[in-house]
Amino acid sequence: MKYERDPVRIRKVLGEKVQFIQGDMAVAYGGLLSGVSFFGGYPITPASEVAEGMARLLPRVGGCFIQMEDEIASIAAVIGAAWGGAKAMTATSGPGFSLMMENYGYAIMTETPCVIANVQRTGPSTGQPTLGAQGDMMQVRWGTHGDMEAIAYAPSTVQECLDMTIDSFNLSEKYRHPVCLMTDGEVGHLREKVVIPEEEEMPLIERVEATTDKETFLPFAESPTTGSKVPDFPTFGSGYRTYVTGLTHNDKGFPKTDKQPDHERLVMRIITKITDDREEMTDVEEIELEDAEVAFVTYGASARPAESAVAMARAKGIKAGMLRMKLCWPFPRHIVNKVSKQVDKIIVPEMNLGQMYHPIVEYSDPGCEIVLAPKIGGEMHLPQELLEMLEVS
Amino acid sequence: MKREVRICGFGGQGVILAGFIWGKAACVFGDLNAVQSQSYGPEARGGAARSEVLISDEKIGYPRPTGVDLYVAMAQEAFNTYRDDLHENTVIIIDPDLVPNHDIGRPIYKVRVQKIAEDLGNKIVTNIAMVGAMAGIDDLLDPESVKKAVVDSVPKRFIDLNVNAFERGLEAGKNARPE
Repeated sequence: MKYERDPVRIRKVLGEKVQFIQGDMAVAYGGLLSGVSFFGGYPITPASEVAEGMARLLPRVGGCFIQMEDEIASIAAVIGAAWGGAKAMTATSGPGFSLMMENYGYAIMTETPCVIANVQRTGPSTGQPTLGAQGDMMQVRWGTHGDMEAIAYAPSTVQECLDMTIDSFNLSEKYRHPVCLMTDGEVGHLREKVVIPEEEEMPLIERVEATTDKETFLPFAESPTTGSKVPDFPTFGSGYRTYVTGLTHNDKGFPKTDKQPDHERLVMRIITKITDDREEMTDVEEIELEDAEVAFVTYGASARPAESAVAMARAKGIKAGMLRMKLCWPFPRHIVNKVSKQVDKIIVPEMNLGQMYHPIVEYSDPGCEIVLAPKIGGEMHLPQELLEMLEVS
Repeated sequence: MKREVRICGFGGQGVILAGFIWGKAACVFGDLNAVQSQSYGPEARGGAARSEVLISDEKIGYPRPTGVDLYVAMAQEAFNTYRDDLHENTVIIIDPDLVPNHDIGRPIYKVRVQKIAEDLGNKIVTNIAMVGAMAGIDDLLDPESVKKAVVDSVPKRFIDLNVNAFERGLEAGKNARPE
């Protein structure tokens, strides 16, 4: 039986319009508002509160929560639920995200819409479970084998944890792609004010379901109804015969693994369906950039001390600004390049030893100096230490 | 206008809830911005725990304290542990029964919040009495907003007990003088 999203019921279950909640809970709220009807997950600090929230809330709106035996099973269940017609998600942290990599690639190859919330913590391995980090920003892009594009958001506030979960579902439905919400232990455990958006403030995108002739329908070809590179979706049980495989496949979905052009054609379609729209989906915030001579380029939790440092620097007469990438992948290369042509120096604060730093260097003007400001060990940068980096610029 | 608040004690005393109520009072029942964070050990009970709340009428960037304005301690170990970043104007509130060794050579507000809770018949509301004392001593938040946040955050069947604890703490806080 197909899940019917009932906005009145969802809002009743979520409660007051203005609340003071944790980032993780805001992810669960965003999921409910998006119309999630399936959550499969395995508890892991600092992401467990997403699952807790979902376990408590999802059954009350008619959805299904399952605690799976591990993270591999979790994403497998999510992929299955998505093919059954559900908006489905999971939530994890570093070690669980590592386990999910194989099926993350499977979801990319099979063009399965779903959302993975990764509340990042420090690694390698089990690292510092209770502390935040931005250690998986490259893993989300390159962690599964082969060639692909990633779609990944990075929220800086609790409100964004809610809003970007909705955005993640919208892009996942639009592109039939597993979208990652790259939050972290810092933002995930903060409590802040959240305003639940009204229906008209949060337009939802739904996958285009297959409607054309069942005998001639091609489940892995460009859409016959929209002309898009994203195929129409033949939900299991809707009467379309669909073979789903991670092997290189033809438009019918059947394995076709021995010819170079077949593979290139398929992989290029599932990449360019996303990269063709890079500029359209770009989501950045520009702070004090108009006359800036030095700028932070950052994202997620690191953007918070950076924004404080910009305000402190401006008070001292330093022409500092900031570019915050809300959507980190696909990488907003055109915007970063524009900023690099304007400022003399870009500083990249990250809670890792340098990850998004690399595409920033790759796409910046060679005349712009790019400086990494790494911080590991589970603490955010102090505004003061970032201010000092601006002062020596 | 901003305030950086740290409430500390031992795990199980409800310092996280106290910080949660303080932040909720500021941004749900008041019109300020608030960010609350917390840290505690792996134990459900015992160990030093702290809850930190930043309140401002402006957007809050860095979400952790950089100089605590209001420091509240409900246990000796926590009082000894979480005091490094106080400045000369930091307002300090303690319960002298819970923090007996508190002579650090500066004025401190001493409110016997555990005694208030015991008089009400349940030590469990010590934290709420402390929230009341905070509202009586620090004038940034409207005590009515804090009371609403208390009512909104505790189990329904214990609202009266908590409101009583809050109001007695508030009264004690209003009458307290740094000594």
